[in-house]
Amino acid sequence: MSMPAAGPSNARPDIPLRELLGFSGGALRAYPLRSVLSMLGIAIGVMSVVLLTSIGEGTRRYILSEFMQFGTTVIAIHPGKTETGGLPGVLGGTTRKLTIDDSEALARLPNVTSVVPTTMASGPVEYGGRSRSVYIYGATAAMPEVLRFGVARGSFLPPGDPRRGASVTVLGPKLKRELFGDSYALGRFVRIAGTRLRVIGIMEAKGRILGLDIDDGAYVPIATAMQIFNLDEVHEIDVTYEHEYQTDALAEAIRQTLMSRHGDREDFTITTQTAMIETFGSVMRVITLGVGAIAMVSLIVGAVGILTMMWISVGERTGEIGLLRAIGVRNRDVLRIFLVEAAMLTSLGGFAGMVLGLAIAAVLRLAIPGLPVHTPAIYLVGAMAMSVATGLLSGIAPARRAAALEPVEALRAE
Amino acid sequence: MIRLSKIWKTYEMGTQKLHALQDVSTTIEQGEHLAIMGPSGSGKSTLLNIVGCLDQPTSGEYFLDGEDVAQLSDDDLAEVRLRKIGFVFQSFHLIPRLSALANVALPMVFAGVPAAEREERAREAIDSVGLADWSDHKPAELSGGQKQRVAVARAVVMRPGLLLADEPTGNLDSASGRQVLDILCGLNQQGITLITVTHDPNVARLAERVMVLTDGAILREVEGRKVSTLDDLFSPVASGARDELA
Repeated sequence: MSMPAAGPSNARPDIPLRELLGFSGGALRAYPLRSVLSMLGIAIGVMSVVLLTSIGEGTRRYILSEFMQFGTTVIAIHPGKTETGGLPGVLGGTTRKLTIDDSEALARLPNVTSVVPTTMASGPVEYGGRSRSVYIYGATAAMPEVLRFGVARGSFLPPGDPRRGASVTVLGPKLKRELFGDSYALGRFVRIAGTRLRVIGIMEAKGRILGLDIDDGAYVPIATAMQIFNLDEVHEIDVTYEHEYQTDALAEAIRQTLMSRHGDREDFTITTQTAMIETFGSVMRVITLGVGAIAMVSLIVGAVGILTMMWISVGERTGEIGLLRAIGVRNRDVLRIFLVEAAMLTSLGGFAGMVLGLAIAAVLRLAIPGLPVHTPAIYLVGAMAMSVATGLLSGIAPARRAAALEPVEALRAE
Repeated sequence: MIRLSKIWKTYEMGTQKLHALQDVSTTIEQGEHLAIMGPSGSGKSTLLNIVGCLDQPTSGEYFLDGEDVAQLSDDDLAEVRLRKIGFVFQSFHLIPRLSALANVALPMVFAGVPAAEREERAREAIDSVGLADWSDHKPAELSGGQKQRVAVARAVVMRPGLLLADEPTGNLDSASGRQVLDILCGLNQQGITLITVTHDPNVARLAERVMVLTDGAILREVEGRKVSTLDDLFSPVASGARDELA
């Protein structure tokens, strides 16, 4: 028998992953119950991470979509400024109120598509023998377009000079149903806070927006509303414009315009929709992250399970490790064998947990339609990556223990 | 060819030094059959481990096929074991979850032999030890003698030049032991260098040369066919057998 030509100086390539998977997979199959149970720990961990972050992400998207329905090219101006210190009239100047004139001034700014001054007050709406206390919104003709509301029947408030009122009103669908039932409402007269107004339109059902039932309300021309409720300022001015990139420039132009009209005082607050969405989105992301971190605890418990199982396995297989070393397996190959074993356990467990998490999310969606659940694909990729990483981490100590065994000592174990 | 020169293996036990091997020098020719005998603790397993590149001497030179393996790194020693050395152990050291065939094929998995060739060579090897019909059985389903024959097939499947057997018949009844020895001697006749560690004079008698170790040093070397009793071998006074060889 002749000596093989390959000398020890020839560096041996690493064992292909396929062979490692075969060998390590066989070792796992040798103790099916033990392997499955230790996988279960990881599966539960990954499942809770997937599920809880999905609920967090679903909630974030739900709330964002509530905001987004107004569009992203809206700037809202409210009277008063939270940062303003001092008392008006004492520390220089007087605080001026937001007026319809302010809103008309803003309408003349470039890129502005429409401006809607609004007021909000609560009062009784009466028809026949019925009376219902609801929110009455003072608005202008452009409001449905700006807030993306639709008119179901009739028409919205008439266009024209917002400083001039008109004895008309548009009812929310719920208010209409409560007052008129199924009978025809258009052309009838209702009393709002004692003033007789003719119904000229019925809004489309819109549902609740962040808890406020806007279907249960009435719209009247803003000048009329201010007169009925004896208001001397508007509560909000909504400005819409063409493109999102104009946001910052327009916000600044609005600030300049209003300051020059208000005696150089910034006694109003400008809120852009994009800023609002960003703030909200980032808050929700932090919450999702926090919830995910709590779920990670169960993943860590699973990882400790894998660590324990692998540690025991290395102890039991000392003789096998000795044999592998004797037949020429390098210690780094032994290390790899045990790392791959741990990674196989956690990636299989992780995959099972992912499937379980998705299944439960689907069931939740069916069982509780109101609960927003959303699982982005990147979360699933992340969950798998996390599973493999968990395996490698929890496998390090046992694998190093295996690789550090002296062949002679290990062979003596059996 | 194996050349050992002034091999020492010393263990530090606190302040005391324990010499497992003391100044062992010998040459083993390619194709030779050497038996190593000696009482427990005489250093025969330590010597076998050093020859098998599982352990390294504290001092001394070890040339295997002209290469100084006493100086090799851990990885290079593994390479030498993979390519040039086969091991047979008293306790078989088969992997219980693998079939007889898979146990035989195991060294080739780590040597990067393609799967198809692995299967073919493993079948050939298992056939050569007369266990073709037992290929798919797990070690637990095999008798002691069959297990050791599987282990021999595994030891030679990489076609090494050197086969090391540590008490190969120690756990076997005499009939199974006989079969295993026949296979080992057959391999030796085909040219493989065979080194056997044994307690059994009947095993040692099959070797061309018997090295007797006591306290880590070579007590004497005798011709295998001259071995009759243990007393004869281990007696500190030289016997006729030793005189003849000398």
